[in-house]
Amino acid sequence: MEPLAIADKIKEQFPEEVLEIREFRGQVSVTLNKGRIGDICRFLHDDPALYFDFLVDLCGMDYLGKKEKRFAVVYNLYSVKHRHRIMLKAEVEESSPSIDSVMPIWIGVNWHERECYDLFGIVFRGHPDLRRVLLPEGWEGHPLRKDYPLKGPGPDQEWKGFNDVLDRSKQYREFDWHG
Amino acid sequence: MDNLFEDEDKSFETKQLTISLGPQHPATHGVLRLDLDLNGETVVKCTPYVGYLHRGVEKLGENRTYFAALPLSDRLDYISSMNNNVGYVNAVEKLFGIEAPERAKFIRTMVAEMGRLSSHIIWLGTHVLDIGATTPFLHAMAAREKLLDLFEILCGARLTVSYPRVGGVRNDISQQFLDELYDFVLEFPSHMDDYETLVTENRIWKDRTVGIGVISAEEAVNWGLTGGTLRGSGVDYDVRKYAPYDAYDKVEFDVPVGKAGDCYDRYLVRVEEMRQANRIILQCIEKLPAGAVMADSPKFTLPPKDLVLKDMEHLIHQFILITKGPTVAEGEVYVGTEVPKGELGFYFVSDGTGKPYRMRVRAPSFVHASVLPRLSEGGLIADVIANIGTIDIVLGECDR
Repeated sequence: MEPLAIADKIKEQFPEEVLEIREFRGQVSVTLNKGRIGDICRFLHDDPALYFDFLVDLCGMDYLGKKEKRFAVVYNLYSVKHRHRIMLKAEVEESSPSIDSVMPIWIGVNWHERECYDLFGIVFRGHPDLRRVLLPEGWEGHPLRKDYPLKGPGPDQEWKGFNDVLDRSKQYREFDWHG
Repeated sequence: MDNLFEDEDKSFETKQLTISLGPQHPATHGVLRLDLDLNGETVVKCTPYVGYLHRGVEKLGENRTYFAALPLSDRLDYISSMNNNVGYVNAVEKLFGIEAPERAKFIRTMVAEMGRLSSHIIWLGTHVLDIGATTPFLHAMAAREKLLDLFEILCGARLTVSYPRVGGVRNDISQQFLDELYDFVLEFPSHMDDYETLVTENRIWKDRTVGIGVISAEEAVNWGLTGGTLRGSGVDYDVRKYAPYDAYDKVEFDVPVGKAGDCYDRYLVRVEEMRQANRIILQCIEKLPAGAVMADSPKFTLPPKDLVLKDMEHLIHQFILITKGPTVAEGEVYVGTEVPKGELGFYFVSDGTGKPYRMRVRAPSFVHASVLPRLSEGGLIADVIANIGTIDIVLGECDR
């Protein structure tokens, strides 16, 4: 199915949820409200003519200062059976950065959602194991947010684990050979 | 003597044991840590921990021009950097709306398949080494060495090549390169026969891989697996066939698929992929068209170096492109390419400046690492090693 036809079908089914349909270089993205994202994904997955069985990618976006709702979660869907593709973007506001998890539909989204939580701080409701995945536990901040400095928070705000390692190495240096 | 065994059940007690496999473990192919809860030798629970190699490639990409972020893609899957480069430049070209000339496309297809061969050779060598066969590893590394030598002739680098460029390739290929590659391609099938003689019908190999880590076709798609890991389960999905980029629509090749979805079928699929890669390289050499290797699109591609050294206008042109970067209309594209590990996708969001507003890397290894608990739980601890080898992950790409 043509990408624009897919977008129209989503609009037909969920007229209140679709905010914008954009086409760029032959690829179509559909911007949505986050409220019924679970239903929309379930529809896209189950409808026999669409049958998006493969969630290629899920990632976060930070539109700091560019859009009213700061964050977005991007779903990149593909149908292995029908060989068509669509991109969904669910807008997430900064005041309550949370959205429903789509893990019941595509189990493989597990780590993508964890990564999005890790790097953007977007909480996925209903995710069974929402921990940081790339960064260590106890890391402060979410690095892919636009207001996170490129070179990190600075030398006086090092991650606690790093300071622990430094302290431990200092202890080992003072080993008493004769004791 | 009899009473020694009398109260056997009372004197022995089994309890669940948690061990940490990795991060510094040769069989984890990088810095991957698995926490394994064991009941005897059976894995009850497997929890992977990744992120030891996280370098913030996506964040770095947002702060560099499209040209300057290319070397970052080398460091994703560092044993097949050529394929990552090809994926990166294809995505950027799509965003820019330009196309590489025909000759450059063929060259890129050729070197990408060389990258696939060298990556699969490492996979074959290390995977069988993990399971206990030492000999194929030594033979495999010899063939890979030849490929790396060829990369060196091509662009001076052996591992982090950055040879494909946005709009084409860095430089045209030499006759020496073509000749040596042709010799290699003719010789390579006999190497493949050697490896297969050692492994494919080997009883120990089959005992260790047949029926291990089984995943059905439907489940594999639902998990988001790609590449050989998916095709081992019998799903006929290959980006090169269904969304052809570069010259893949102009060469003939078959996409091997497995049936059982176990380690052995994934092995067979990748071995056949190596033969197909060889076939593609041969066709690229034979069909290589003449012409330029860089697109003539001044807004987006650098001027020829000899002209830059000669006159002012081209010097300014190069200076502007390098410092500011080519600006592109607002928009977003996702382009997936078939790298040895699976589908590597680049998702760019442009806000109309010279740098990407968002650069997202969809790494196949990241998804494949997440499926490890599914494959390993309920099996033996020795099979965990077989599973790590068979999903073919590289942690540089997984952690980004």
